[in-house]
Formats: sequence, C-alpha cells, structure tokens
Amino acid sequence: MNIPQDKTGEGGVIITKLDDLLNWARLTSLFPMGFGLACCAIEMMGAYASGYDLDRFGIIPRASPRQSDVMIVAGTVTFKMADRVRRLYEQMPEPRYVISMGSCSNCGGPYWEHGYHVVKGVDRIIPVDVYVPGCPPRPEALIGGFLRLQEIIRQETIREPRAVQQIMAKRMRNDELTMNNEEAEKANGAVKTNSAESGMSHDPSKPDDQQNLDA
Amino acid sequence: MTFREIKDFIAAQFGAEVIVSENTDNLQPYLVLQPERLAEVCFELHDNEATYFDFLSSVTGIDNGPEAGTMEVVYNLYSIPYDHHLMLKVIVPRNSTPAEPIPVVPTVSYIWRTADWQEREIFDLVGILFKDHPDMRRILCAADWEGHPLRRDYQLQDYYHGIKVPYDQHNENSGFRGEPVKLISHEDPFTDKREKPEA
Repeated sequence: MNIPQDKTGEGGVIITKLDDLLNWARLTSLFPMGFGLACCAIEMMGAYASGYDLDRFGIIPRASPRQSDVMIVAGTVTFKMADRVRRLYEQMPEPRYVISMGSCSNCGGPYWEHGYHVVKGVDRIIPVDVYVPGCPPRPEALIGGFLRLQEIIRQETIREPRAVQQIMAKRMRNDELTMNNEEAEKANGAVKTNSAESGMSHDPSKPDDQQNLDA
Repeated sequence: MTFREIKDFIAAQFGAEVIVSENTDNLQPYLVLQPERLAEVCFELHDNEATYFDFLSSVTGIDNGPEAGTMEVVYNLYSIPYDHHLMLKVIVPRNSTPAEPIPVVPTVSYIWRTADWQEREIFDLVGILFKDHPDMRRILCAADWEGHPLRRDYQLQDYYHGIKVPYDQHNENSGFRGEPVKLISHEDPFTDKREKPEA
C-alpha cells in the first residue's frame, strides 16, 4: 500500500463529527424549488439574481420538487392553490424545509379578515420552519430567512432525526383519528381486529438508529 | 345618436313594452329592459348600422341584498365608429336560499365574446346564471367552492378540503369589532390523492 503517510500532518486529513459534516453539506447546498405565487416571488427572483446572488450561499433554484430541499412559499396562498402546494410539498424528498415568505403566507396578510379566498397562513397546510415577515420582504430579509434556516439545520443531529420524529408524530395522530372514528362507528361493541393499532406500536421516542449508535 | 334617439329606436323596433323604465337623472342615463328580451335587443343594437354598438365595455353584476330582493346586471355599450355610449340594465328577482331558483339572465356572449368570461365571473361571485352560455362554470373560485362570495348575505364556509377558513384570533386582533366566529361544521380529513380511474 503506497499511502503517502507523510501527508497526514499537513492538513490532508480533517477530523470532524459526522453530524457536523452532514449538516454542513445540507446547509451549504439548499436547493429551493423554483416556484412563486405572487408579488413576493418578484423579490425572491431579485434575491436569486446577480444583485443579491443567492448562488453564493449554495442556494440554486431547482425545477422539480423531487430535486429540492426547500420550498419558499412566496406569495398569497389561495384555497385553489392550497391543494397544489400541499401536493408539491409531499413530492419533495426528506429532509425538506419550508420558508414562508411574506405576510400573506405567514398569516393571510391583508386578506386576513375579508379575504374569503386566502388560506390564513400556509402553516395550515404544511409545516413551516422559518417565517420571513414583510409585504413583500426585501431580498435581504429572504437572505436572513435562509441564514436562520441554516442555523436550524446546524443544530440537527442524526441521533434524533427531526423528519423521523415528525413522521412518527403524524402517524400517531392519524392512527388516533382513525381509531377514534372506528370506535365511534363500532359503538355497538362489535369485535374487530384493529390493524391500525398494531401498525403504530413503534415507539417514536426510541428510534432504531439511536440504538445502533449507542451500541 | 343621442340617448333619446336610441331609446326611440329600441321602442320602434321592439315595442315600447320592452323598456321597463329609464333614468335620465344620472350623468350616464340608462334603460331598464325586460330580462327575457335583452339578448334580441342587444343583437339588434350590435348589428344595426344605425347604432352599431360593436364594443361591450363592461358587464357588472349587482346584488341589492335580501331586503330589496333583486339583482341587477349592467351592460355598458360603446360604438367605436359613432362614439356613442349606452347603459342597459336588467333587474331579476333574487334567491335568498340555495333551494330557491337562481336568478337567470340571457347570455350576450354570442354577440360580444368579451361577455363570456365576464358572465362567468358574475356567476362565480354574485350568483346569476346566464342562460344559453356555452361554458357556465366558476372562473375564479375553486370548482367545489360553496356559495357566491360577493353576495350581501354570504357566509364563509368553515372548512375547505380540511383547511380551516376563518382567521383564528379574529376578535382579539381586530379589537372586538366583528361578530365572534362560531364554527358550525366539522373538519373532515381530505386527501388530494387522485383515485385511479376505472377502466
């Protein structure tokens, strides 16, 4: 083996935590999905363009939800669009993050009281990691939102994957819902094997990978 | 042509009974026509060389509210070669509940193509049906939206596809201005997964 042993003392080997390496890789290549809903999208495009140049943060818009890490909800989410936004979010691979950009997607914005057609906050459809205030926010504010998201990602650890916890919590909730519905339907006391109950017996507080890491 | 001449023209062509009433006090005078004869009058006004109203500037739907019990559709006509204007109105009875028949006005979309989408918008937001319209669907709201949002007595639905519609802390944030929002319907789980069509 002709491994150049004399190189090891000269910075050829970097020792780091696996967590830090993974987080560094994720937070420096945040690929947002290239879509916008309203005037906030103009500011978002301004942030992408050469003046603010989000590329220098490794933020490059991708044309498909299946290649994206971040969804920037830039603009007014109408009820007609809500199903589409939810579906696009479901098409994104884990780990995925959501930045809600502007007052409309934060809380309904100027349509909060009399806007019959506006979802009062995109967090009624999908989970939001960072809210960027403004109407519309300036590109600096969007960059600030990305820096905040990078801080969030920097805190992550594979010992407690956030995505797994979210999925398990959601599954628990859904199973409770279906159980409650089934109990209401079977109020006459008919015996029925509850397949949903056996499927949810997995304990989310102790995921498998944590046990592997402890070993 | 002046407003008076146009009115006499319509009365001579279709009889005086087609004009229900008129209002000349406004800056822009208008004629109220019988709803069922609106389309033939408009067709003649569009085609006749004496009037030649080739441009429909605007179609407007108005809800006068449950007390008045009427709805209006306003047509603003313009003739580009003659440079004269005309405002026409039709007034139809209003339905207060979805069980009652929806107000119906004949379409003018085959005379002026611009009326196509404007009539769809009126149908969507105010709830006036246009008879013989080629494509009477909602144009702005989602296809399965409930009610017509610009009606005076419009009630927001509580949930749409499992998403809560009203704002959460409505009273707290608006300084107790409005009525408290009370939800009467329940959230039912909605999935937008498409079913595989049966072969």
